[in-house]
Amino acid sequence: MNVDVAKKLTEVFPGCLVEQDEFPETHIQLQPDQWSKIASYLKETEELSFDSCMCITGVDFGEEDDLESRYNLHSMKHNHKIEVRISANRKKPIIPTVSHVWQIANWFEREVFDMFGIKFKGHPDLRRMLLPEDWVGYPLRKDYVGPDSYHGIIIPKVKEVWE
Amino acid sequence: MTERLIKNSFIHGEEMILNIGPQHPSTHGVLRLRVKTDGEIVSEVTPIIGYLHRCFEKHCENLTYEQVIPYTDRCDYIASMNTNFGYVVAVEELMGIEVPEKVEYIRIIMAELNRIASHLLALGTFGLDVGATTPFLYMFRDRERILDMFEMVCGARLLYNYMWVGGVSHDLPVGFVEATFKFLDDFEREIDEYNNLLTFNKIFIERTADVGIMTPEVAIDYGVSGPNLRGSGVKWDLRKNDPYSIYDRFDFNIPVGEGTMGSVGDCWDRYWVRVLEMHESVKIVRQALQQMPKEGNVHEALPKKVRPPKGSVYKRTESPRGDLGYYIISDGKPSPIRLKMRSPAFTSLSVLNEISRGWMISDVLAVLGSLDIVLGEIDR
Repeated sequence: MNVDVAKKLTEVFPGCLVEQDEFPETHIQLQPDQWSKIASYLKETEELSFDSCMCITGVDFGEEDDLESRYNLHSMKHNHKIEVRISANRKKPIIPTVSHVWQIANWFEREVFDMFGIKFKGHPDLRRMLLPEDWVGYPLRKDYVGPDSYHGIIIPKVKEVWE
Repeated sequence: MTERLIKNSFIHGEEMILNIGPQHPSTHGVLRLRVKTDGEIVSEVTPIIGYLHRCFEKHCENLTYEQVIPYTDRCDYIASMNTNFGYVVAVEELMGIEVPEKVEYIRIIMAELNRIASHLLALGTFGLDVGATTPFLYMFRDRERILDMFEMVCGARLLYNYMWVGGVSHDLPVGFVEATFKFLDDFEREIDEYNNLLTFNKIFIERTADVGIMTPEVAIDYGVSGPNLRGSGVKWDLRKNDPYSIYDRFDFNIPVGEGTMGSVGDCWDRYWVRVLEMHESVKIVRQALQQMPKEGNVHEALPKKVRPPKGSVYKRTESPRGDLGYYIISDGKPSPIRLKMRSPAFTSLSVLNEISRGWMISDVLAVLGSLDIVLGEIDR
């Protein structure tokens, strides 16, 4: 990539950068508080113009670590890409939404909320995406324990019973 | 026409909420649509998904990298070869494996044949959605021949588990190359037959041209990819713009929608792009069959243990439905710590509300058919 995204961001938004690395792919880790504005900046600046949000992935490394949300952005104009990582406290995971910047982020963020319980502040319609509305817990967290029953249907935990 | 419908709807009647699905032949699987209508005109569509959710990503965290491959088959069951392909390419990038020449060619041949089969099903069911029953049978007849060839290669007709990390499960059998050449020769003629039957049929054009127009800006904003994006006139194909495997060796074009029958980005354009793409796939398969080396062991580069080093990768490939991405995080153990599948049909479905507002209820089903979604991949 020709442009040094991290350098540009620190000029405009001082103190937003936590870490940057070139390996395995170019990625930058940012503070959550200004993320909404940074996202608009990434999309609208001429040299960067990250017009498509390819993927948003929630990540949980284990019970001691924070939750993380990773954004893979791509620019169709310049054909370059970057990965943005933002971590959130496990006890109270809140990250500003980017659904007003990229429309598809609306659904991607709903999915991350569904699976990891990360609350996207300012999201217009933060409901569960794939699981039923009344499901308890966030399945893709490492400390998730499945329920014993759902609406009276017993969920057997021992393998021999259901095989 | 959109403007006409909206203009004529100045007399507002009572709003009604209509439920379509989850069991409905036009929803291509178990999809529920909550449609808010004003008379017959749709004012909002809310897709409700998750009926096929089976915790694919959670399962992967408890499986080894090899064991994940059959699960990817079942995500996009219409184009299993392509879902396999995307996954193995991502793991190979994480591990730094170079696969033999012959394997690369075999993979391309399989992926492109599967693309033809998938497009045939997409076009046929789209025809069914708007009331044309016969072309569906013609297209299934030809799809059957592709499935027969897959059966020759790996024994399975729908869920192949064919591509492995570092290779493929079986070498090509005797007679496969000849059979494929024969199929390609016949198939090019069949495409003209479909065009006569369906593509240029007046009723079909009336139902699809100028309906559900998706502008390029909307498409990019909603992350729409693949034939749906190209139908909006954006020349973007990962096989050309960000080549993976050996796609840079072949000579083919990227067809885009031009608004031949109506406006750029309408349902007919999305349909037409798929028809043209089948021609391009035929071209690629022909070149690959001619260039493929005769000798070579397809199991040569299979690693003894698939244990990628610590790190993460986001790799996307061009599946028949668009950009199929895999985000894999490894910590050096036999199973991934996180595996996320970015499904192209998921993003295509998200645009439905945007492009079908202001149209009739029957048009919503035409738009849905033209987007070519597979629910197994959306719900994972």
